[in-house]
Amino acid sequence: MQRFRPFDHLILLLGAAFLVTPVVMAFMSSTHAATEIHMNGLFLSPGGEGMATYEKVLTQKGGFTGTVTGARMVMNSTILGLGFALGKVVVSMLAAYGLVYFRFRFATPIFWMIFTTLLLPLEVRIMPSYQVMSQLHALNTYWGLIIPLLASATGTFYFRQFFKSVPDELLEAARIDGAGPVRFFLGVLVPLSRPMMAAIFIIMFVYGWNQYLWPMLMTTDERFFTLMRGIKTILQVWIGSQIPDYNEAFALAVLAMLPPLGVVLAFQRLFIKGLTESDK
Amino acid sequence: MTASPVVPSPFLRLRQWWTRPSAHPAKVAQFDRPLAPWLFVAPQLLIVAIFFYWPSVQAVTSSFYLEDPFGFGAAFVGLDNYREALSSTEYRNIAGFTALFAATVTALSLGLGLLLAVKADAVMRGAGAYKTALISVYAIAPPVVGLIGMMMFDMHIGPFTKAAALFGWEMRVGIDYRDTAVALITVAVWKQIPYNFIFFLSGLQAVPSSVREAALIDARSGWRRFRDVTLPLLAPTGFFLLVINITYALFDTFGIIDVMVKDKPANNPITLVYKVYLDGFKGNDIGGSSAQSVILMVVVAALTVAQFRLIERRVHYG
Amino acid sequence: MAEILLEHVGKTYPGGTQAVSDVSLSVADGEFIVLVGPSGCGKSTLLRMVAGLEDISAGTVTIGGRVVNRLEPAERDIAMVFQNYALYPHMTVRENMSWGLKNRRIPKDEIAARVEEAARMLELHPYLDRKPRALSGGQRQRVAMGRAIVRQPAAFLFDEPLSNLDAKLRVTMRGEILKLQKRLGTTALYVTHDQLEAMTLADRLVVLNGGQIEQVGRPLEVYHRPASTFVAAFIGAPAMNLLDARIEAGHLRLAGVDLGRVEGEARAVTLGIRAEDLQLLQSGGLPFRIDVIEELGAGRVVHGFVEDQPLCVSLPSGAELPAQLHLGVAPEALHLFDAITGKRLPQSVHRSAKVRA
Ligand SMILES: Nc1ncnc2c1ncn2[C@@H]1O[C@H](COP(=O)(O)OP(=O)(O)OP(=O)(O)O)[C@@H](O)[C@H]1O
Ligand SMILES: [Mg+2]
Repeated sequence: MQRFRPFDHLILLLGAAFLVTPVVMAFMSSTHAATEIHMNGLFLSPGGEGMATYEKVLTQKGGFTGTVTGARMVMNSTILGLGFALGKVVVSMLAAYGLVYFRFRFATPIFWMIFTTLLLPLEVRIMPSYQVMSQLHALNTYWGLIIPLLASATGTFYFRQFFKSVPDELLEAARIDGAGPVRFFLGVLVPLSRPMMAAIFIIMFVYGWNQYLWPMLMTTDERFFTLMRGIKTILQVWIGSQIPDYNEAFALAVLAMLPPLGVVLAFQRLFIKGLTESDK
Repeated sequence: MTASPVVPSPFLRLRQWWTRPSAHPAKVAQFDRPLAPWLFVAPQLLIVAIFFYWPSVQAVTSSFYLEDPFGFGAAFVGLDNYREALSSTEYRNIAGFTALFAATVTALSLGLGLLLAVKADAVMRGAGAYKTALISVYAIAPPVVGLIGMMMFDMHIGPFTKAAALFGWEMRVGIDYRDTAVALITVAVWKQIPYNFIFFLSGLQAVPSSVREAALIDARSGWRRFRDVTLPLLAPTGFFLLVINITYALFDTFGIIDVMVKDKPANNPITLVYKVYLDGFKGNDIGGSSAQSVILMVVVAALTVAQFRLIERRVHYG
Repeated sequence: MAEILLEHVGKTYPGGTQAVSDVSLSVADGEFIVLVGPSGCGKSTLLRMVAGLEDISAGTVTIGGRVVNRLEPAERDIAMVFQNYALYPHMTVRENMSWGLKNRRIPKDEIAARVEEAARMLELHPYLDRKPRALSGGQRQRVAMGRAIVRQPAAFLFDEPLSNLDAKLRVTMRGEILKLQKRLGTTALYVTHDQLEAMTLADRLVVLNGGQIEQVGRPLEVYHRPASTFVAAFIGAPAMNLLDARIEAGHLRLAGVDLGRVEGEARAVTLGIRAEDLQLLQSGGLPFRIDVIEELGAGRVVHGFVEDQPLCVSLPSGAELPAQLHLGVAPEALHLFDAITGKRLPQSVHRSAKVRA
């Protein structure tokens, strides 16, 4: 039935090249010296300066106050990514459980209150959110960085859909087996949801790690800078310099994209499943 | 059933009202506890109240005020901020570019994502490798994408700029408005293709093989099979992605734009969200920025409601 | 071990559906009761009210002398087997059986002993450390049974536990359930819509129709003396023939044929005749026109018409049949029902002088 289709392969190869080449170029160029890049353009082959560049980016104190290193930014991004993912899974799973598995008076209004947040992305209310955070004295804190990002119901929505697909009889059997709400949640629902939790954790880690606008506003103290914020800084230094540090910029970009890229590729199936099944 | 008193006490009535189940419970089997559900939803509810409703309400309120740039109080100005925003030529130009940007990015990334998904679904050999390659870019953050894009279109070292030069097109991204627009769109599309690819591919793989086989018997032309059978079955996925892509183009491209225009928005194309940010944080025009926020909120809310209805339809019919 | 008492039990769902109304039933200790009826008649609802999975809208349910209306399912001392088994997919067979006991703080060695015993009875030993995913339908069914047994409950509740199995396995499991129940002597309430299952399992049958009890009785009693046309049509295969007949001048007449003497004034009645109660006659009797013949191997079911009323007859296999038959039936085998209400009439039919057997 299936024949070899050269034309299809040609299109796929072109598509893959279009998507992947810039990433490869960024990586390869980061191993060359800045002057080399300035003279010869971007590279598709490895150079010899890689170690030095990455070491410099990771350890050199930079920024205006000279207190932030690349390593520190990696750490901050990790805290943001993991903290956000963890918070998202815990908070949204609890809320979805409350909404799906309990008969109570205000279930419907609360459902709408939570799910209205799906309407408006953070970007449209960024200004007042910033003001609220500064009133709460939450600028330049990790919790201020993480918790407001949790105020969207995506995870709750995913878990709610999943819980609704769990057969009713499981709860009934558990009730006959003497399980109350907490025991049913911990003993049955959490173990059942493990793949779902993992998928959401991964998606949310990538989402948290990749945050840009919010950390940019929330952190003025450079000790809290994330990698994304660092990219902005390096570009600001750039303006006006004769030979910009292309290699360092690329190295920072590689550091910033490696973890999400790695996670997505390593958990490709889980990731795709989580992404595509939860929209239903 | 316990006998209820002839005249229910106010307390009993309150209690009944409090615990009355909603008309459409999510499940047939549910717990019946007065306190437990509140404990479970409390964290989410609290976060949503403080970090969603409070700022949203504040955005709406401050959109009716003109705030003194030095922080000495604010004056109520009614709809002035809205009027000012909507009547300014600059705002209209930006809105025009935003619409063009969203339309182009959505059309191109949907089209290319679909094309690649159809092809990846058709080939046997190497399907896994193609898939991995096409998906990988998904996870890269917008500012990183912006940085890479900026390098690709750099006036000295950018390969795209060099390629354009071969055709006699001297690209000056970051300086020339049109060239920057082309670069922004290219980079934004690049970032979004994998997402569409993932969804279209899983949509295609959800088409039952019996349906494909039936189509194979009924139609000889591959194009006809695609147009009459596959495409209609993919339509729900397509609608879903349409809204997602528009939202992406409107909001998630902020990082790309911010990096690529390098803090020099003057001659460069920017989108409405970027303008909200500029006026609010750089221009200190809180009232104007809030009014723009509210306008955007209305646009997004309308889009999302449309999306919800589509998803609902999908649940019912497919 | 306990008796179950239902008194005027009713259920109205929030939407207003009256699923069960005024059901009263007394189940003796150790008795096997089967609730049977067509889809949507309220069997599951009734069972779930006993289990505590649905609120009881009216009446009381008593298990072992305790009114349980307000008790949680876990406090009612019952165990339930579900149609889709409802095994916990992430737990092994052993864990599935012991979780409920752990929740009731039963000592570890006691749990181990009970699981051991149940596994022995149900021949589950080889599967104890497997997850339900890795079991066949019949094995899952047995695990569900095991989970109920280890609880040592006052009563077993079954909601169509066999309907996800194939026909052959259903017969085997039916036997096993009956054996187990008799051996343990535990009161059982069993829901099914399969009348054969109902007949073979029940000490007593409860036939439900539209949320109300139509008849309660021992299987053969229900079979031989159905209380209404509904029960008559529901119990027994092929279904009892129901025909329009008349009582005229003290005789029961169908298609112009006198079927016997009967008391009462002239009126229309519904006449019930079981297919196996009809015999072939050489001549006379009811004129029967054959339409279709179903050959079953051991016998045959012949469908046809008496005048224009459909009728089916069970006959032994044998020679080719002519297109027209003559059928006879013993008067004792005739059932009379009210033509309007469908309730059984008290009269019985007696042999007329001129009818020869
Ligand atoms: N949660 C519910 N809300 C409203 N009506 C319900 C609910 N559950 C059942 N019903 C209705 O109550 C009636 C009895 O339902 P029940 O499930 O008891 O039937 P059943 O006899 O078990 O049928 P089956 O053999 O199909 O399982 C039906 O008309 C059904 O539509
Ligand atoms: Mg049922």
